[in-house]
Amino acid sequence: MKIPPCLRWLLALCLLACLPLAVHAQAQAQAQDDTGQSLLASLDAASYARMDGAIEAIVASGDERSRGWLEALLGGKLQRHKETGRFVVVLENRGRNWPVVDALTGEALGEMSRRELDRIGINNALRGQLQSVLAVLDLRVDDVGARREAARDLLGRVDEAMVVPLQGLLEDEADAEVSRLLAQGLAIHRLEQGDAAAIESLAGSLNPEARAALSSAARSDDPALAEAASSALADIEQKLRLNSGLETLYFGLSLGSVLVLAAIGLAITFGVMGVINMAHGELMMLGAYTTWAMQQLLPGQSGLALVLSIPAGFLVAALAGIAIERGVIQFLKGRPLETLLATFGVSLILQQLVRTGISPLNRTVVSPEWMSGSLMINEGLSLTLNRLYVLGFALLVFAGLMLVMRRTRLGLEVRAVTQNRAMARSMGIRATRVDIMTFALGSGVAGLAGVALSQLTNVGPNLGQNYIIDSFMVVVFGGVGNLWGTLVAGLSLGVINQVLEPWAGAVLAKILVLVFIILFIQKRPRGLFPQKGRAAEG
Amino acid sequence: MHCSSSWLTRPFRERATQCFLGILLAALAVVTLFNLTLPAEHPLHVSTYTVTLLGKYLSYALLAVAVDLVWGYLGILSLGHGAFFALGGYAMGMYLMRQIGDRGTYGDPLLPDFMVFLDWDALPWYWLGFDMAWFAFLMVLLAPGLLALVFGFLAFRSRVTGVYLSIITQALTFALMLAFFRNEMGFGGNNGLTDFKELLGFDLRSDATRLGLFLATGMALAVGYVLCRAIVSSKLGRVCVATRDAEARTRFLGYRVERFQLFVFVVSAMLAGVAGALYVPQVGIINPSEFSPIFSIEIVLWVALGGRATLYGAVIGAILVNYAKTVFTGVMPDAWLFALGGMFVLVTVLLPKGIAGLLAYRLRRRRPPPSSSPEPTAPREASA
Repeated sequence: MKIPPCLRWLLALCLLACLPLAVHAQAQAQAQDDTGQSLLASLDAASYARMDGAIEAIVASGDERSRGWLEALLGGKLQRHKETGRFVVVLENRGRNWPVVDALTGEALGEMSRRELDRIGINNALRGQLQSVLAVLDLRVDDVGARREAARDLLGRVDEAMVVPLQGLLEDEADAEVSRLLAQGLAIHRLEQGDAAAIESLAGSLNPEARAALSSAARSDDPALAEAASSALADIEQKLRLNSGLETLYFGLSLGSVLVLAAIGLAITFGVMGVINMAHGELMMLGAYTTWAMQQLLPGQSGLALVLSIPAGFLVAALAGIAIERGVIQFLKGRPLETLLATFGVSLILQQLVRTGISPLNRTVVSPEWMSGSLMINEGLSLTLNRLYVLGFALLVFAGLMLVMRRTRLGLEVRAVTQNRAMARSMGIRATRVDIMTFALGSGVAGLAGVALSQLTNVGPNLGQNYIIDSFMVVVFGGVGNLWGTLVAGLSLGVINQVLEPWAGAVLAKILVLVFIILFIQKRPRGLFPQKGRAAEG
Repeated sequence: MHCSSSWLTRPFRERATQCFLGILLAALAVVTLFNLTLPAEHPLHVSTYTVTLLGKYLSYALLAVAVDLVWGYLGILSLGHGAFFALGGYAMGMYLMRQIGDRGTYGDPLLPDFMVFLDWDALPWYWLGFDMAWFAFLMVLLAPGLLALVFGFLAFRSRVTGVYLSIITQALTFALMLAFFRNEMGFGGNNGLTDFKELLGFDLRSDATRLGLFLATGMALAVGYVLCRAIVSSKLGRVCVATRDAEARTRFLGYRVERFQLFVFVVSAMLAGVAGALYVPQVGIINPSEFSPIFSIEIVLWVALGGRATLYGAVIGAILVNYAKTVFTGVMPDAWLFALGGMFVLVTVLLPKGIAGLLAYRLRRRRPPPSSSPEPTAPREASA
């Protein structure tokens, strides 16, 4: 390499200029090591009685490594090398030789025999103190999320020694959530000391620690305190009941949205063609498997795959539906019971196709990141996101179908054929074409239901079977050929099921719903929203 | 016409019944003879295993006849007859469980093994009386009969027909399946009732008992067939066929359609119960899978394949399909569902009158006289 002379000079100058800086940095590190070394040395030298002073000195130093030291001390992993006097942190104290790192510089020192090391011991009183010191340390970090986490952990664990530092922290705290949690933590502590005024700041809290403190206060000897605590407790109980009611409603609506998705395609084909498609569940299964296949095609991009599988699932199921209509159903015009049997045969074939073609076992469909997790409403109530998405999706599909039926040429023709087939044909509507399109539409919606279901349950050959009876119940309950009926019936059956479940158990709840529908048919044989007038004479 | 004297004897004057009974009795005699007299090495020897298998087919055939009675002649496609079959089976199973006595694994003189296992200390009330054969056999008829009575009363009164009724019957058997899967129900939960020892004092594992059960099933099939034939060829049967073809018109003619439907439905359920009761001691187990909707819908396939509204077609269908199932599940189990599904599609699309329809067509081409059995016509769209 050839460097021009002038540049060489410049380089030399730069190096010279940097020299003092480098020396300074080294000296600083040395000095820090010295303070760290001395802090740890005093910790090591102190007796149990004096150790708290040494711990406080470490905290007061503000050293960024102090958290690691204290954590290691708490776990019995802060040790001193017997010969060199070097302080080390043991990474894993199992077996004979332990991997260690230097406590001051953090450099890995390989493995050391347990015999070479000397543990810095602590007693139980110190352990408690260390825990609270660590908790307070966590409250000093800059990350708001970490602070909230730390404050939540502190609830019910505040002791006398922490009150003063915590109050200091509370005054400086900028984040409202952290301050609220800290105030609650302090209030729980005050309540445990018998301070009745603390009850006020705990009222309405849904935190289990706060409730525990209140219920133990409600049993206290002081009548005024006990009464105040139990009335606050009653408020909380009421709030909790409301929460669990809301949760049941949410789960019910979620189950209902699945039922609506599953049943709405069925309602269209049944309503228009008077045909019971027993293979409807298997069309849902095809939709779910399309999602799985899409994710296999686009590994690592589960979100994109899911979005793409919405149109793909619709297409696959719609094409399968057309094949069923052309291959089987068109030959069975006017024989609904035979159609039921034939499509049942198709469903068996489709199931077995998937079993032998792909696998009899369930396939895993990954949920994309934006669908996992939950939406937290308050401390006692959080809604899982995937169910929320499916609920929204079901409503979207419903709205879309409504638009198709009310605002498009196809919808107009479908309604005409439903109401009076012969009249519609004589007006020039090609009923056979309408049949095919309707069946494709209904099947496509089943495919969409499958895509949505793949996010909630296992994707396997039996997926369709599990929903087919339920979706028939929805159609029968809601009334044939009425989309609103299907929506109302699906959502209400979902909610009824979830309301009964905690009271009667999952299986019994299902049985009760079935019995309820059988009895309901007695009163209204044509469902909640029967077709009126001539259309009813089908 | 003097119905009271002739309604039972009339079937015997029909050619179809004579043929059917002749073939059935001959088959029973041949199987018994070959089983008892020929040595085991002989190529025509019928092993006891085969006898039991045939007995199972015959109980299925009786079940198919029961379904054909309501589907073929009344137009009610029941997708829940498996429930009546299973209830009859459970009644028999409970009797057989009580007969075990203290010979179970836990040796409890009163409680069946599964109750000891569940830590129950007393027999539930609905198990009382099942130690007596007459009571159990009565329940074989009453349990499915009562369920059919209540269910049919509710359904027919509010004029639930067609596909609606099919779906509701399917929901019925589905609900019962879920219920019987529960351990708390006291019917053995998932495992059902099994490990039977003896029936009326006869050892269930002995060859003689098995042959006897086979013969009893054959006789039950004969009696059931004649009973159904008597019903459908009576005036009552004519009303049933009228209901099937034009329910509204029959109602306007003054018949209380729902009563006819209810009566025939209950008779059919009881026949299914008897079939179940004969099935259980032969296969040695009854569990909730008999309630599964797919089993009930399979029964309908037997009838469809054999030919509805003929009764003997149901018997042919049941035996053929179940023989095919035995062969397929032994040779290539994966292909069975393909075959079953394919049969559903092919029979409904290409062979709407089933094998019996094919036979009748052949016979008619050979000689001109019209056939006696009424054929189903497509339900008219105008009937509400």
